[in-house]
Amino acid sequence: MFNYLVQRLLIMIPTLVVISFLVFVIIQLPPGDFLSNQLAELQSQGDSAATERIQFLRAEYGLDRSFLEQYVIWLGVWPGPDGFAGMLQGDMGHSFEFDLPVTAVVGDRIWLTVIVSFTTIIFTWLVSFPIGIYSATHQYSWGDHSLTFLGFLGLATPNFLLALVLLYLANVWFGTEIGGLMDDQYLDQGWSFGKFVSILEHLWVPVVVIGTSGTAGMIRRLRANLLDELQKQYVATGRAKGLGRFRLLMKYPLRMSLNPFIADIGNLLPQVISGAAIVSVVLSLPTTGPMLLQALESQDQFLAGSFLMGLALLTVIGMFLSDVALAFLDPRIRLGASGSR
Amino acid sequence: MGNVLLVRNLNVDFMAPEGRIEAVRGVSFRVPQGKTVALVGESGSGKSVVSQSIMGILPKAGRISAGEIIFFDPDKPQSFVDVVKLKEPEIRKLRGGRISIIFQEPMTSLSPLHTIGDQISEAFLLHNTATRAEGIDATREMLNMVGFPNANQSVKTYPFELSGGLRQRAMIAMALICRPAILIADEPTTALDVTIQGQILQLMKDLQSQLQMAILLITHDLGVVANMADEIVVMYHGKVMEQGTLDHIFRQAEHPYLKALLKAVPRFGMSDDERLVPIREIKTEAGSLLKTRDPWPEGSATDAPLLSVRNLSKKFQIRKKSLFGGGDAGSVIAVDNVSFDVPLGTCVGLVGESGCGKTTTSKMIMRALMADNGEILFNNRGTAVDVLKLRGPELLNYRRRVQYIFQDPYSSLNPRMTVFDIISEPLVIHDVGDAEERMERVRELMTLVGLPVPYLRRYPHSFSGGQRQRIGIARALALQPDLLICDEPVSALDVSIQAQVLNLLKDLQQELGLTYLFISHNLAVIDYIADHIVVMCAGHVVESAPRENFFDNPVHPYTKALLSAVPDPNPDRRLDFRALREDQASNPKAWPAPYALNGSEPSHMVDLGDGHFVRAVGQNLAMEDMRA
Repeated sequence: MFNYLVQRLLIMIPTLVVISFLVFVIIQLPPGDFLSNQLAELQSQGDSAATERIQFLRAEYGLDRSFLEQYVIWLGVWPGPDGFAGMLQGDMGHSFEFDLPVTAVVGDRIWLTVIVSFTTIIFTWLVSFPIGIYSATHQYSWGDHSLTFLGFLGLATPNFLLALVLLYLANVWFGTEIGGLMDDQYLDQGWSFGKFVSILEHLWVPVVVIGTSGTAGMIRRLRANLLDELQKQYVATGRAKGLGRFRLLMKYPLRMSLNPFIADIGNLLPQVISGAAIVSVVLSLPTTGPMLLQALESQDQFLAGSFLMGLALLTVIGMFLSDVALAFLDPRIRLGASGSR
Repeated sequence: MGNVLLVRNLNVDFMAPEGRIEAVRGVSFRVPQGKTVALVGESGSGKSVVSQSIMGILPKAGRISAGEIIFFDPDKPQSFVDVVKLKEPEIRKLRGGRISIIFQEPMTSLSPLHTIGDQISEAFLLHNTATRAEGIDATREMLNMVGFPNANQSVKTYPFELSGGLRQRAMIAMALICRPAILIADEPTTALDVTIQGQILQLMKDLQSQLQMAILLITHDLGVVANMADEIVVMYHGKVMEQGTLDHIFRQAEHPYLKALLKAVPRFGMSDDERLVPIREIKTEAGSLLKTRDPWPEGSATDAPLLSVRNLSKKFQIRKKSLFGGGDAGSVIAVDNVSFDVPLGTCVGLVGESGCGKTTTSKMIMRALMADNGEILFNNRGTAVDVLKLRGPELLNYRRRVQYIFQDPYSSLNPRMTVFDIISEPLVIHDVGDAEERMERVRELMTLVGLPVPYLRRYPHSFSGGQRQRIGIARALALQPDLLICDEPVSALDVSIQAQVLNLLKDLQQELGLTYLFISHNLAVIDYIADHIVVMCAGHVVESAPRENFFDNPVHPYTKALLSAVPDPNPDRRLDFRALREDQASNPKAWPAPYALNGSEPSHMVDLGDGHFVRAVGQNLAMEDMRA
């Protein structure tokens, strides 16, 4: 088991290297860069000194070098204009658009994003598990049909529409201000109890909006998985043993049907950062989703690169975590037996 | 002695989309204390529904519409309960506590995510006020009782780490840990190899006398019944056809269904021209197209064997555990130096337990797997072809000559193709004839296997298991092959259907001049159909003999063990359970000298005359001693 973990950790290194290269290639694919766009804009405004200033910035950030050189400098394995200052050294580079270091730009937003996303995930699980279990154990009952209908409704409604409706209702009923994650007075303030309450007041709308679509999908999957498991012979064995329905359900079929969800953790982690960009734009949430979109549009290469690498890292870590959790929960994987036989 | 269970006028209905199905109609029988009652019938006869009714674990669609199931607990004399009327909490006390059940498939009956110690002790803890540690102690004791080799450590193992036989023992331990008054065994040995079956049956008998419990044995295997039962209840289409004591049923069967059932089962010592009599006979007819075959060229060597396998070996690598070096986790020798011949126009039976390498061998002959070593020579109309070296068009041509019939008639037919598409596909692949001729051929094939031609437009799901297997046979015959490899073609079928398919295969061989390589673990089936028998164990051929020699004078200890483990549907010839006691029959190292194979000394086939060979180690063995 220990060896397995070490191997899984080691294999992450080459994976990340390959991803970093791909990310850099993709960022560099569109013609030009942020600075050349800027130059064109300044020149059209008749700024005569623009060329020199841009030239200076170009050299400052190493954009005048070859593609490969830029890549290794960005990685931090090759000395750039400021010596070794790449991702390996923890230097994410400079955001041209904000004219700030990337870390400073992202800063607070990361935490707010994490709060929104984790609450959403927990909301999704809390809602979908009881419903999924109910639907599977009461297949084709009225309850099953109506919950399924609701689920499909949630799946089919566009998120941003639901967001607008809920924002309107929240404003009419509770007087909550529209948009954002907190009242304006707390913006750029330190953490306080008032700010916390304000965040909670604003949080439920995005959580419900982002959560509903995920909930519906999850209910369907859990219902299908559980229905498969309930057919299995070991359920009959459990009943024949004299186990009560609820205990039987919890111990055997539910546990068996969990595997796909644990395997899904790997996909959840990157969503925590990037998830629901459009809803965030609509709700003007100070999360990272809209920022990534903007950075990609304006070719702010270090900001976009850092984002994408962050997502890749989270994906790889998420996969690792779900593999470990699966191995921990499922002896067939831990002990390396061939599945069903 | 009193009864433990009394079933009176039981009726069970199932609500299906097409309406109400009466699965069990007016069934009455009794189970006396400490005795074994066998419930016999084909699949669909309602015997499992009866067992589910007794346990109160009918599927949702099922409902007991009338009747009573009265349980007399020997621990509480003078009282009884009607299981049908019991509500949830009370019936749960009976389930697993006083009435237990074991199922057919020991792997799927146990949860793969929990240790067997957890699952067995759970049954104990549900019905006794005890701590978890006491539960585990009771589990250990029970595992010892059911013959687990290492009960102390075994509580921590998972079901998939155990062999099929041990899994079924674990299942029995779970069922018996609360010392129930009655054990329902629903096809307990059907999924097991014949030697393991013997051991499990013996275990059930031992435990029965130790614990003084009754057994309700549900099975379709009359051999098992003859060895286990005191009383027999025969079911057909949800009704009881006949019931009585073992002697009465086997010696003076009155009901025509039971008589027919007894005649449909292949058994040892049938005379050469005796035919099985299927319960529902099918009419077959070979058409002219199929009977006209390309003749063999003049003067071609028809006396050479059609197929000749020499020193065939196959090793499977167990997947490497590590991505960074670490090396091989090991390898398994699935087939080790196997040689045998299949003479033209005969049927060679390949016998062995699961995992002995018989299917791997057949796949190498089909070129579905590549051999590591060895040679396969195929006599293609007089020219010897080295099968393992065939490439491209030659290989395609070879595939026309050799066809395969699979074990599972359900998964071997594509559910999205019509029967016509399935049967004509080989013709399309090999570009035989035009559309009209193909249609004609497919029609002939259908009549050949006794299926109505209008069924061609149906999909496989509308056919029964036996009919599906006949579709599979028709598909295999479409290209008019010389050699048919039949991999357990009847083991997934009911006894009555088995006879149909076996007779069909026999007739086809006669009419079309086919040669068979017939793979089976069922020796009675092999005895019925094969001319020459090859026994495999752990990748080796251990004995090879013509049918008469094989059954009259088996030499190898493994062959003897196999033969002695087959339950005969004849109460006068019960199994010698003591001979089955040790688990060593299929371990080549544990065979007595000169048969023991330890891997270091070379073994070879010793000629005993009359085409009878046996594998042994050492030179100058006295043949006469071995024959004796």
